[in-house]
Amino acid sequence: MEAIIERIIAYSRFDFFWPAMIVGPLIALCSSLLGVTLVLRRFSFIGDGLSHVAFGALTVATVTGIANEMLLIMPATVVTAVLLLMRGKRRKIMGDASLAMLSAGALGLGYLIMSKFSKKANVSGDVCTTLFGSQKILTLKTPEVWTCVIAAAAVLLIFVVFYNKIFSVTFDSDFAAATGTHAGVYSLIIAVITAVVIVLAMYLVGSLLISALVVFPALSAMRVFKSFKSVVVCSGVVSVCSAVLGILAHIAFNTPIGSTIVVVQLVVFLVFTLVGFLRTKAVRKPA
Amino acid sequence: MTQIVCDNLTLGYDGRAVSEEVSFKVDKGDYLCIVGENGAGKSTLIKALLGLNPPLAGTIERPGGLKAAAIGYLPQHTEVQKDFPATVKEIVLSGCLGKEAFQPFYTREQKQRAAFQMERLGLTGMAKRCYRELSGGQRQRVLLARALCAAEEILLLDEPVAGLDPMVTKEMYDIIESLNKEGITIIMVSHDIAAAVRYATHILHLSKKPLFFGPKQDYMITDIGRRFTSAEGGNGHGSDH
Repeated sequence: MEAIIERIIAYSRFDFFWPAMIVGPLIALCSSLLGVTLVLRRFSFIGDGLSHVAFGALTVATVTGIANEMLLIMPATVVTAVLLLMRGKRRKIMGDASLAMLSAGALGLGYLIMSKFSKKANVSGDVCTTLFGSQKILTLKTPEVWTCVIAAAAVLLIFVVFYNKIFSVTFDSDFAAATGTHAGVYSLIIAVITAVVIVLAMYLVGSLLISALVVFPALSAMRVFKSFKSVVVCSGVVSVCSAVLGILAHIAFNTPIGSTIVVVQLVVFLVFTLVGFLRTKAVRKPA
Repeated sequence: MTQIVCDNLTLGYDGRAVSEEVSFKVDKGDYLCIVGENGAGKSTLIKALLGLNPPLAGTIERPGGLKAAAIGYLPQHTEVQKDFPATVKEIVLSGCLGKEAFQPFYTREQKQRAAFQMERLGLTGMAKRCYRELSGGQRQRVLLARALCAAEEILLLDEPVAGLDPMVTKEMYDIIESLNKEGITIIMVSHDIAAAVRYATHILHLSKKPLFFGPKQDYMITDIGRRFTSAEGGNGHGSDH
């Protein structure tokens, strides 16, 4: 135990430690907040699909040698998110199929481009890093850190300011639209910030594990809490704690960072499920 | 005072008409029941009245200067709501949104309005209860309170008793009736023709072309009215087809 603590303290003296410790939990917080509305609107898989599109765009950016790869990844992901989330209910049946198609298509295309045209020697290493996010968060440069912090702050601000509207549109978008809320505008806002958060999250856990970042905290919170507000708050807290714990565990046990965070979240989910189960049992007993 | 006038509407979606030549008007304090078979355009008419989907042809006018948003809407339950974590209070409060200019948080006035509507529908004691744990009748009351927060002039109810047991159905009709007596205009879509002729003042019977619009008394003596209400004393469903 002492050795582990010493190891963490030693790491904390490195330059990369604190940026990772700030960016990681911030991204986790944003994805968990969005996760609540995405899960409730049955868009749990959107993280997966969008992150694969982001991966595809990243490979194109790498191969073409664009200096700032964000310039390609961000627009591509935002456009996809808008198309997916705005199509709304009318073609609900095809929704999951087109998402699966998009996800697999972008992933396959991305890997093909990467392995055929990349000039680097270690292609599978590169792909593995992008998909599973190993160590990437520990190699962030200062501009990237600032991009993440500013984007995360913007997402949080939007979420707080439009919180009531987001609730209303999530619970019942027809009613919201009928009573004068521009439901379409809020769906658009949610779509855009979802895309932004997912591209950011790619840095933290890699594109394969983003779904976990989006769905686990929300689902954990829903096991135990009963109001929308408490679910949102709990989801954020769970996500931040898991990210911090995950990064520390990664340092302590030298495990891949993305998968460590996901495993922490999985454990939290199981604990919350148990708590929720015991709670309903305790409530039912006296009746 | 006339609140809504629909003139020669063609209802449908994706350019395909399901119902044509729909004309009717709604006066303040009316209790209009819209009946008709599945696919007769009932839901499409609701969407048109709410301004969600414009009709393919024809006009909807609101002579009283009523905005589309001044209609309180009680939708059918959606899949999403089955396991939604939200308290009664959160849902009722959300009805207050959209009426005024944008504000990030609820004002004191909005909170009072929500509290008043919850009291009116006997929900005050369960303000902190979770929506997904409520019974069907309680859920309908919550959504009704939300609709009242949105608008007090007209309520548009889409199958308000679907899936409720007979006792609760009666209770729901009683609530709607008492709201109507307080001066709120009711427009209700229903399969339950027996209840429609019992509670409503006016009937609109939709089909490919409307079969009837007018006061309930006149409906009862038309052929179509007699045919559809002959099962009176039963539950009315047997003659639905």
